[in-house]
Amino acid sequence: MTTTAKSSSWINGPILRQALIDSFVKLDPRALWGNPVMFVTAIGAVLSSGVVLVDAIHGHFSPFVIQITLWLWFTVLFANFAEAMAEGRGKAQAASLRAARSQTYARRLRGNSEERVVAPELKLGDLVVCEAGDLIPGDGEVTEGIASVDESAITGESAPVVRESGGDRSAVTGGTRVISDRIIIKITAESGHSFLDRMIALVEGAARQKTPNEIALGILLVALTAVFILAVFSLPFFAWYSEAAAGQKNAVNVSLPVLLALLVCLIPTTIGGLLSAIGISGIDRLIRRNVLATSGRAVEAAGDIDVLLLDKTGTITLGNRMASDFIPAPGIKMERLASAAQLASLADETPEGRSIVVLAKEKFGIRGREIAAPQATFVPFSAQTRMSGVDMAPMDTHPATSIRKGAAENIRNLVESQGGTYPLAVAATVEEISRQGGTPLAVAEGREVLGVIHLKDVVKGGIKERFAQLRAMGIRTVMITGDNPLTAAAIAAEAGVDDFLAQATPEMKLARIREEQAEGRLVAMTGDGTNDAPALAQADVGVAMNTGTQAAREAGNMVDLDSNPTKLIEIVAIGKQLLMTRGALTTFSVANDVAKYFAIIPAMFAGLYALPDHGPFGPLMALNVMGLHSPESAILSAVIFNALIIVALIPLALKGVQYRALPAAQVLQQNLLIYGLGGLIVPFIGIKLIDLAIVALHLA
Amino acid sequence: MGRCSGLDFAHAISILEAFVSSGEIFQVVFFLGLVITLTPLLGGWMAKVFQGERQLLTPVLGWLEKLVYRLSRTNPTEEMTWRQYAGAVLAFNLLGFLALLGLQTGQAWLPLNPAGQSNVDLSLAVNTAMSFVTNTNWQAYSGENTMSYLTQMLGLGVQNFFSAATGIVVLLALIRGLTRRSAETIGNFWADLVRSTVYILLPLCFVLALVLVWQGVVQTFSAYPSATTLEGAQQVIPLGPAASQIAIKQLGTNGGGFFGVNSAHPFENPTPLSNFLEMLAILLIPTAIVYSYGVLVGNRRQGWSIYAAMFAIFLGGIALSFYAEYQFNPAQGGQNLLEGKEMRFGVANSVLWADVTTMTSNGSVNSMHDSLSPLAGGVALFNLLLGECVFGGIGTGLYTMLLFVIITVFLAGLMVGRTPEYLGKKIEAFEVKMAMIAVIAPSACVLILSAIACATDAGKAALTNAGPHGLSEILYAFASMSNNNGSAFGGLNAASPLYLWLGTLAMLVGRFAVIIPVIAIAGSLAAKKITPKSAGTFPTDGPLFVILLIGVVLIISVLTFFPALSLGPIVEHYLVQAGRTF
Repeated sequence: MTTTAKSSSWINGPILRQALIDSFVKLDPRALWGNPVMFVTAIGAVLSSGVVLVDAIHGHFSPFVIQITLWLWFTVLFANFAEAMAEGRGKAQAASLRAARSQTYARRLRGNSEERVVAPELKLGDLVVCEAGDLIPGDGEVTEGIASVDESAITGESAPVVRESGGDRSAVTGGTRVISDRIIIKITAESGHSFLDRMIALVEGAARQKTPNEIALGILLVALTAVFILAVFSLPFFAWYSEAAAGQKNAVNVSLPVLLALLVCLIPTTIGGLLSAIGISGIDRLIRRNVLATSGRAVEAAGDIDVLLLDKTGTITLGNRMASDFIPAPGIKMERLASAAQLASLADETPEGRSIVVLAKEKFGIRGREIAAPQATFVPFSAQTRMSGVDMAPMDTHPATSIRKGAAENIRNLVESQGGTYPLAVAATVEEISRQGGTPLAVAEGREVLGVIHLKDVVKGGIKERFAQLRAMGIRTVMITGDNPLTAAAIAAEAGVDDFLAQATPEMKLARIREEQAEGRLVAMTGDGTNDAPALAQADVGVAMNTGTQAAREAGNMVDLDSNPTKLIEIVAIGKQLLMTRGALTTFSVANDVAKYFAIIPAMFAGLYALPDHGPFGPLMALNVMGLHSPESAILSAVIFNALIIVALIPLALKGVQYRALPAAQVLQQNLLIYGLGGLIVPFIGIKLIDLAIVALHLA
Repeated sequence: MGRCSGLDFAHAISILEAFVSSGEIFQVVFFLGLVITLTPLLGGWMAKVFQGERQLLTPVLGWLEKLVYRLSRTNPTEEMTWRQYAGAVLAFNLLGFLALLGLQTGQAWLPLNPAGQSNVDLSLAVNTAMSFVTNTNWQAYSGENTMSYLTQMLGLGVQNFFSAATGIVVLLALIRGLTRRSAETIGNFWADLVRSTVYILLPLCFVLALVLVWQGVVQTFSAYPSATTLEGAQQVIPLGPAASQIAIKQLGTNGGGFFGVNSAHPFENPTPLSNFLEMLAILLIPTAIVYSYGVLVGNRRQGWSIYAAMFAIFLGGIALSFYAEYQFNPAQGGQNLLEGKEMRFGVANSVLWADVTTMTSNGSVNSMHDSLSPLAGGVALFNLLLGECVFGGIGTGLYTMLLFVIITVFLAGLMVGRTPEYLGKKIEAFEVKMAMIAVIAPSACVLILSAIACATDAGKAALTNAGPHGLSEILYAFASMSNNNGSAFGGLNAASPLYLWLGTLAMLVGRFAVIIPVIAIAGSLAAKKITPKSAGTFPTDGPLFVILLIGVVLIISVLTFFPALSLGPIVEHYLVQAGRTF
């Protein structure tokens, strides 16, 4: 399946232009209020502007204060820009999705007559008709008919898919196009509440509710801001006391712009400015992988997952069992077994049947023979007999025979009922195959047992490595299968899953999820059928397949448009990356403050307690470890660094920090080195460089 | 911009040599070694007491525990929700406050007052009552000429026990919050209080008091005798039931002295042995309880990890203090700073005592911290500003450190890509909010109240030192009260109304704005599930976490107080280096 990469570059013209405009629109205090750190910064900018204004009225003109003021405003604008960039990218996605639905007309059924209405007028439970060429007007369930549907508008997958009433492929999505046949659809989501609508709202940020971790982090940021407001605004009192104690007039600079500069540098503007951009781009990353989430909360929960419940078929194995070997009964030639098995499977259109034909051809060059009625009567598989095969009419070369392949138990009954014997060796083979996780199919001709076909589940390539990665990250995988425990255990061992649930029923799935949750674990699962719905709803992260039923899609909190169950692993990675990005930038932001103190504190108290014979500077200049040029250049450099670092980190916020599947301890160590230690060191270098630039440009 | 030279490596080596050759380093090493050795011994036994298990003292004192339950009609197995538990803590402390207030303001009419002390003024009485109820033991008075024996014993002495036990009790609530799963309740306040007092505080105090009496600490109800000095002058010698009170003052990390000069008084701290034992007593329970914590949460490594973080900060502070005290001192012509040191015990024991008492929320003094070198005084001040989380008060130190653990786990925990967890409990908005309130409240008190003192004439009038040292005195006073330490820098007239009332406020906020959030966190955590540990779990034991925790504790304190400290001890240090004094 192709995962379409929709405009992977994060910079493009229109988005950039719109983001620039939005940066100013977002100066609206009501918009800023939602982000307390930036709100405080904006107040700082306003107050500082006031100082400039008052100065101007009195005919003063301080380039220093004007520059500080400008950079305070830039800090706010840069943060707005980051958010606008993230939203812009989301909106671009939403626009392409929305284009699919613009002005769709629906053919609504009223009794026996049809009427033409615009899609938004459709109500829950309305029945609509769609024929080849029609756009499906809304999310719904096929109640009648079968059709092939082009879902490329939302999935990017060009091959049409089959949608039919009943069964697990009954759900259709608004905005997709019917390309053959006729179906009647029952509308299951009102206009504005469809999956697409919810997702568009989510990426546009309109319906974006803060996730639990975002709220908690927000509280921490507010608290840190409060600490710094206290530290900064108690400082003038200590400074004035010191001034008096030193007997020096004007030895300290605690003017309002300088205090505001210090405050804005200290409060966590970096993470405060990028927080919403991180959240939006997390959802955006999910959409790029063709997964729709109903809430940001679900994305975040994906990072916390402890247990993955994975369906064996389609996720762990290729989906079908394949014939891998013929094991003849004692005294029977291999060719005879292969030939009979092929003959019995000629009309068997199941993948297993086809794989038997192919294996016989590959191994012994036995070609598929053209046989048809009245020569042969094919007996299809039935759940009662658990056998299938062929009855051959008597011909010149051989008498009438009947070949059967099927479950060993049933073949045994069949043979013994005809007075034949079921060889012990065959029984042993059957058991051995089962133990290896294969499925044995016994083959009998008349009352003679010919041997056994070994059907094997083929585990997907590379899946074992992915499970190993998950294990390293502390996530357990549980394979869900309808197979018997013996088979399940063998496949589980081959695929490298941690646990399995054999002969699973929907109830057992649900019970297993509850059990894991009761032990404090968070569970994710994928599902498609209606009977998966309760389990999907119970799971902390439930990913429904787009090909699944509407019930399943409603029950889960994500829909995978590609219907690729393996995607769950990627979803977990995206959730983790989202949380890691937040944590890394918070740590970085806080660690930055140390350098800013070393820039600003000596600058504020440069002349305090200056000794008569030691020049104009006081002892606190010892803290000027960066050797910044002058008090003004020092303060300005810190403010400029603080503003520019937001811009510099926008790409990181949008892309997310680098993510590797490693144990938590190692991830922590790496991120601490990069963002903790880096956060301590980088500003020392950055502020020094900016100071050099300021001096070179004669700005201070 | 000009720069002064900072720390010089070769210079530091020479200081170390001087320190080693003086032999004092061995005292320090022996002392710390003994503390570490006793930790698991006492800690393991305390864990049994906290869980209500049968232990060594059950046969001896079990009757007393049962008697208290019967008299107070308490059912020790009755569980409380966090609101009930917090309510019980507040009610119990309010009662203690009122009783202590009554004893002071009416002591002239009450018995056991041989020295004829008059009733205590209301502002001082309120300040003192708050001080002893909150385990601060800030003293704006001298015991020997203010308090009657009855007030000392029934009021201050009793609160020494109860305020210490309150600290333990709050910690136990938090531990239950961490260990219970999906629970509504966090234990029984009264049972915790009785067990901590009967089995831990009382017996330890009994033993220590006897040893102290042997060493020469007074314990008597007789009146102050008069003596004629060699010069023929009359001298009144204050006495009293001191030994019993000093035992709990040290063991309960209270620190309020029986006499005005506290542990520098020969009747409180007569010999080098008493000095050593009292220092040991101060650290005994705060260190052991960290081990108990490891036992109670079912993972000793968790306890030792926190212990390691505390010990590292503790050692760092001691090292910096000794560096400051032993380095070349231009203002004193290169001599050690001997002024204000307790010469009976020497420089090392004075400085060690200063660090031990400011790290733990003990606050007793055997030398005058005002006279420490700027940097050593700064370390003492910074110890207070850390929020008393480095061993700290008994119970209080560990629960404060656990608040920092919560913040650390939250800050760094996100970096491993999971909702932060501690011991399997998810740390979410409520816990972060409460932890931040508890961490900020005392800091806010220090900064705001110090600013008020700096801005008012009344605030500045109380100072005896000019220059940056005056600012240090103000900061120290409010840091001590807001963090419920009680240590006095000296040099500040604490009895002025401004400091009495602002101080009362600081002690109130510093105690209960921490306790209530801690119990609330306990309640919230108890209700949560415990996520089993996996490779994806943020590790909260081991060296990486220890370093991280130290980093967060230091960085939060440094970021909050660096501007203020730069104008106090930091600038003073550079000035003294340049030979300038005020």
